[in-house]
Amino acid sequence: MGRTLLQKVWDLHTVRKLPTGQTQLFIGLHLIHEVTTPQAFDMLRARGIGVAFPGRTFATTDHIIPTLDQSRPFEDPLAETMLAALEKNCAEYSIPFWNLDSNHQGIVHVIGPELGLTQPGMTIACGDSHTSTHGALGAVAFGIGTSQVRDVLASQSLAFDPLKVRRITVDGQLASGVFAKDVILEIIARLGVKGGVGHAYEYGGSAIEAMGIDERLTICNMSIEGGARVGYVNPDQTTFDYLRGRPFAPQGEAFDRAVSWWGSTASDPDAAYDDVVEIPASEIEPRVTWGINPGQSVGVSDTIPATGAGVDEALAFMGLSGGAPIQGTKIDVAFVGSCTNSRLSDLREAARIARGQRVAAHVNALVVPGSQAVRAAAEQEGLDQVFRDAGFEWRGAGCSMCLAMNPDRLEGEQVCASSSNRNFKGRQGSPTGRTLLMSPAMVAAAALAGEVVDVRTVMSHV
Amino acid sequence: MSSQIDRIEGSGIPLRGDNIDTDRIIPARFLKAITFDGLGDHVFEDDRAALADHPFSNPVYRQAKVLLANENFGSGSSREHAPQALKRWGIEACVGESFSEIFRGNSLAIGLACVTVSREAVEQLMSLVEAAPDTPFSLSLQDRSLSADDLRVEIGVDNSVRDALLNGTWDATGMLLDDFDVVRGVAERVPYIRGF
Repeated sequence: MGRTLLQKVWDLHTVRKLPTGQTQLFIGLHLIHEVTTPQAFDMLRARGIGVAFPGRTFATTDHIIPTLDQSRPFEDPLAETMLAALEKNCAEYSIPFWNLDSNHQGIVHVIGPELGLTQPGMTIACGDSHTSTHGALGAVAFGIGTSQVRDVLASQSLAFDPLKVRRITVDGQLASGVFAKDVILEIIARLGVKGGVGHAYEYGGSAIEAMGIDERLTICNMSIEGGARVGYVNPDQTTFDYLRGRPFAPQGEAFDRAVSWWGSTASDPDAAYDDVVEIPASEIEPRVTWGINPGQSVGVSDTIPATGAGVDEALAFMGLSGGAPIQGTKIDVAFVGSCTNSRLSDLREAARIARGQRVAAHVNALVVPGSQAVRAAAEQEGLDQVFRDAGFEWRGAGCSMCLAMNPDRLEGEQVCASSSNRNFKGRQGSPTGRTLLMSPAMVAAAALAGEVVDVRTVMSHV
Repeated sequence: MSSQIDRIEGSGIPLRGDNIDTDRIIPARFLKAITFDGLGDHVFEDDRAALADHPFSNPVYRQAKVLLANENFGSGSSREHAPQALKRWGIEACVGESFSEIFRGNSLAIGLACVTVSREAVEQLMSLVEAAPDTPFSLSLQDRSLSADDLRVEIGVDNSVRDALLNGTWDATGMLLDDFDVVRGVAERVPYIRGF
């Protein structure tokens, strides 16, 4: 019987079976940022414990930084305090830190893959639930809390209960205008926001295999929104080609040896899965959320549900009517960004829609690249100008309006077409603000029309 | 070693609704701090503002120690600030139909027990507390049971969680450092650390 990638990586990284019955796993890569770490360092200090493997932890700043005026000290003294704490902690414990003055800075889940830090067969942990993103390269990547950040710093390991593996196969070809974001929203709509509890999601099938790494990152990013502990795609030639030449990837002959090992970490053809779910690519259309969790989405040509568990509460909060078409829902804000959809290919798709057009007069639209490298690459291609000409704001790299820990936020009951990952109540900074999740191309199309539209009809004119 | 936790006794607080996420438990603006101090004051702040009779605003539940929740409680963000806020408010155990995994792990790491009961049992317990908020609850991890008034229900709790709480190893740092030579050994055998 073959083994899955999860089992292989799990076995390789097992330190020992703990008295509690859990498995102590070695963590190969630890990524940190300013929000979930200051208390962890304080706990280490209070206990007189050092950092076990300072060379296996890397830091950047993303959540709290302004994307407009980044001059120090920040206008928000709380944000300034948090960044200053990370600066101090990284200096004290000799942890590499890509701060605002580094061209490696960006959203932690964008820079890990981009720098080649994220590699197949690794275990990765980060104090952020969207750490599942890194599974796109064949890593097993866990989102953790602050006490666990402390434990990784102290021991480079964590305690875990075993996971089941659900294989999710998407076969066939995605239609034009249907993107990775639509695939993962479809998966979560079908399996539910808690369907993945206790599971790793392994994504495969010809539609996933045909995707580039950026798209796979989008899929794995939202595994957590389906309740899964981790999500991954088996490493293949696309993965190896992506990693070649990246700053932290092995170089020269070591790269060839790495490819050989990386390939061996993929699930065996006869691997046994706890269950298998098949979703035909042809059944997926552009999707839009109408509710207050990422499982509440419909195809753009569908109507908003009128009945079902949680529907009344969601519709009341969203100010939407059951039975009405989702198309035509007015928006006030359009946001292209976040660890889900802020990479170069996302910006290209949005720019393709925006080129030569104008953002609707009543819409505030912003594009926030995921990293300084993405920003530079996009500017190299002139995408910034495309966006500016169309009336979008072009910002500095960061988490921005995904989670409202920085100046970018909704006001009052504004409705936001957003390429981010969560439509929770209050998520984008206004307790009564409303989020419609969709792909970057759909966000761009909504920004131009001032309401939710089907990007496929727009694309036929592009 | 952290404290050993078996029995949790106190009154309950009913919080109806599925998929209550950690952004609702503690909105992100309260994460802009370098300590967890004061988080208890802001638990469910936006939900409380939106709902005048929110249980966490109701003085009859102010002394509660046992939170009663429905499905997938604590989904979303991995912020430990969520269980920290609940614990600092006074919650010592969460009893629900199901929990998000990260929330459950973060809760365990600070000695906050998350245990499951059936949907019917949650409904019975919630109704009981709504009718008589002072009803004393007694939760025993050892016996895997929860008693309230003349109601006694079996609780679901993973062996690993139960053992960690009963044995006082829920603060895992010491346990993870117990055999550090083995950790070093793994680092030496992992190809990407060895350098291929």
